[in-house]
Amino acid sequence: MVDIAFGPERGKRPDTASTSDQYLAMVRRKRMYGGILLALFIATMASGWVLADSRNAGGFWNGILNVFDFPSEVLTEAWEKRALIPGLFIDHVPSLIETLNIAAVATLLGGLAAMGLSLLATRGLARWPALIPLFRRSMDALRAIPEIVIALVLIYILGGGPVPAVIAIALHTAGALGKLFSEVAENADLKPVEGLQSVGATWSQRMWLGVMPQVAPNWLSYGLLRFEINVRASAILGFVGEGGIGHDLKLAMQWGQGRYDEVVAIFLLLFVAIVVIDRTFDSIRHRLVKGN
Amino acid sequence: MAAADISLSDQITLRFARKRLFAFALPALVLAYLVYTAVAFDLAGLAQRARMDNAAILLSDFWSHKTHITRDNRTGEVTAAVEGEAKGAYPAGTFPDWVRVAGDVTTIDLGTGHVVTYDSTGARMVVPGYGTIDIRPDGNRLLLTAPEPLPDWINASDTRVGVTTPAGRFNYTRSKVETFRYQAGWELFFFTLDSPFSGKSVTELAALALWGDRIDPARSNIGYMLSEVWTNKMWRHADVAWALFETVLMAFLGTMGAAIIALPLGFVAARNFNPLGPARFAMRRIFDFIRGVDGLIWTIILSRAFGPGPMTGALAILITDSGSFGKMFSEALENIDEKQVEGIRSTGANGLLRARFGVIPQVTPVLLSQVLYFLESNTRSATVIGAIVGGGIGLLLTQAIQTQKDWEEVAYYMTLIVLMVMAMDSLSGWLRRKLIKGE
Repeated sequence: MVDIAFGPERGKRPDTASTSDQYLAMVRRKRMYGGILLALFIATMASGWVLADSRNAGGFWNGILNVFDFPSEVLTEAWEKRALIPGLFIDHVPSLIETLNIAAVATLLGGLAAMGLSLLATRGLARWPALIPLFRRSMDALRAIPEIVIALVLIYILGGGPVPAVIAIALHTAGALGKLFSEVAENADLKPVEGLQSVGATWSQRMWLGVMPQVAPNWLSYGLLRFEINVRASAILGFVGEGGIGHDLKLAMQWGQGRYDEVVAIFLLLFVAIVVIDRTFDSIRHRLVKGN
Repeated sequence: MAAADISLSDQITLRFARKRLFAFALPALVLAYLVYTAVAFDLAGLAQRARMDNAAILLSDFWSHKTHITRDNRTGEVTAAVEGEAKGAYPAGTFPDWVRVAGDVTTIDLGTGHVVTYDSTGARMVVPGYGTIDIRPDGNRLLLTAPEPLPDWINASDTRVGVTTPAGRFNYTRSKVETFRYQAGWELFFFTLDSPFSGKSVTELAALALWGDRIDPARSNIGYMLSEVWTNKMWRHADVAWALFETVLMAFLGTMGAAIIALPLGFVAARNFNPLGPARFAMRRIFDFIRGVDGLIWTIILSRAFGPGPMTGALAILITDSGSFGKMFSEALENIDEKQVEGIRSTGANGLLRARFGVIPQVTPVLLSQVLYFLESNTRSATVIGAIVGGGIGLLLTQAIQTQKDWEEVAYYMTLIVLMVMAMDSLSGWLRRKLIKGE
């Protein structure tokens, strides 16, 4: 108030009369920009879908009518043979376990690598501060390579089986978790680290005793989330490459009619496994982060 | 007092003991699990199954190419081709400068003193430090003359002789004789051999492009050059660029489509916007179902209905992500600040206006950053989904891997995929900063 009443000379005082005009003009301009962006977005989306549709083997409008053909065909056959499904469940449990094992081992190994990488790439904690950019870029590169690329190349070298999938997922996990871990570690309190340093602790002791207790709950929570993601990735890799329930699914699908009961059994098994894991881990993560 | 002290110290000791046990038991458990999986995954057998020769082929193909010099033993015709492919064949009668053809005699200089000679009686290879390997056909058999004992890099039988040296490989069978020379670099990356620009140096090309006479009178040299690169039959740059675009398109359409569908559904599933408990419950179970069924299964079902192609991939991403987005959006909507909504309500606004002016401005940054994060991770997924539905760079990659010989193309595609993902990474990071922090 004082400023307005005793402000500089007349005429340079804020013009209160035109404030609302200016405000409205600003709102109009903002709306115009928003409108232009929206129009651009809609145009991109529309032309994108048209383009994608034209490049597809079957058109959208043909396909949309057939979306339920395949599921209903599968389900009718499975319903006729429903008595066999519990038996098929049991047949495919070993490959489900293999898929879960691939995900778990990959998460463990990737998580361990991510722990080291993230600490080395965090400002204030790094063992060699000059090398921080190197470790960051290497995590970026690990994250950027899709699992399937590594898996397919490794299948060529190592032959089939679960190991290529484990390595592929673990490498990706190391990059993805490393970034998240390092974000958590950045917020860690440095006082315990300094205290440990003052009594002559080595770098690994400082990290293990000073940083780990602080970040463990969050890291564990991210690790569990990653495990959920990796279960899905491992199923997909099985479908494209080899090993696990994804591969069983591919074989059953290739057989086609006559083995749809098996397809349904595998679908159900995978669905139940994913839902159960999501549920349990969600609640564990909730408890870890919220603390009760 | 004393009793209390003892019990306190006991308690602390006990707690320490428990913690110590935990600290040792956890790594021990992890280790035990890893040992179990090592057995389950048959790690021991893996060592035998591993094909290190495949690894060597792959690594050498990643950075080098080989040129085949082949003589058909029946017709006596000699041909040269990069990677032995028709697309990379030298025009008839022309050869790389390390091959000399004079009448019946073909001399191939593999470098470092390794020389292969084809002549009318058979073929010879000179390996420095070893001697001359001489092969001549004798009826139905091959007669090999070489210093004894034969080293293990010469693989000889009555019908086939193979020699592997660091400079190159040499194969003699009754029907043909082949020499492979390995050289660094991806050959023909810009111009194939049938192009007028093939084999010219950078300065020659620059001169041609800037002031040289037009090779094709109908168009400028630089335009001709670009079109020659673009339509390169060996590396198919145009197809690859299109495939990359298709992959990004799949990710973009899928992610944005999912966000558009999930936004209204998120309102339905949010406690503070939908008083109807059963509707909320049903919506959440639908989200759970969609997420639980998993992208793989959606992809399979959709590719049955829509056939292979990028739209199928986009739809698969769209369906999978609308489940995840629905869940995340409804959570974000439940965490908003009610005051802003109340303020809008006090002006007499209806539900739609309250959502538009009270809620959307609050949640936009959260939603946008989630959508951008998904866009970035979906670029990666689109590669995998492309391999299943048959579209984009994922398809090219799996095809190149399945042929098991075009490893230089695999390396090329891998590099491009990594660059594409990194570019999308920084693009989404840039957009996030621009749109959310307003920098």
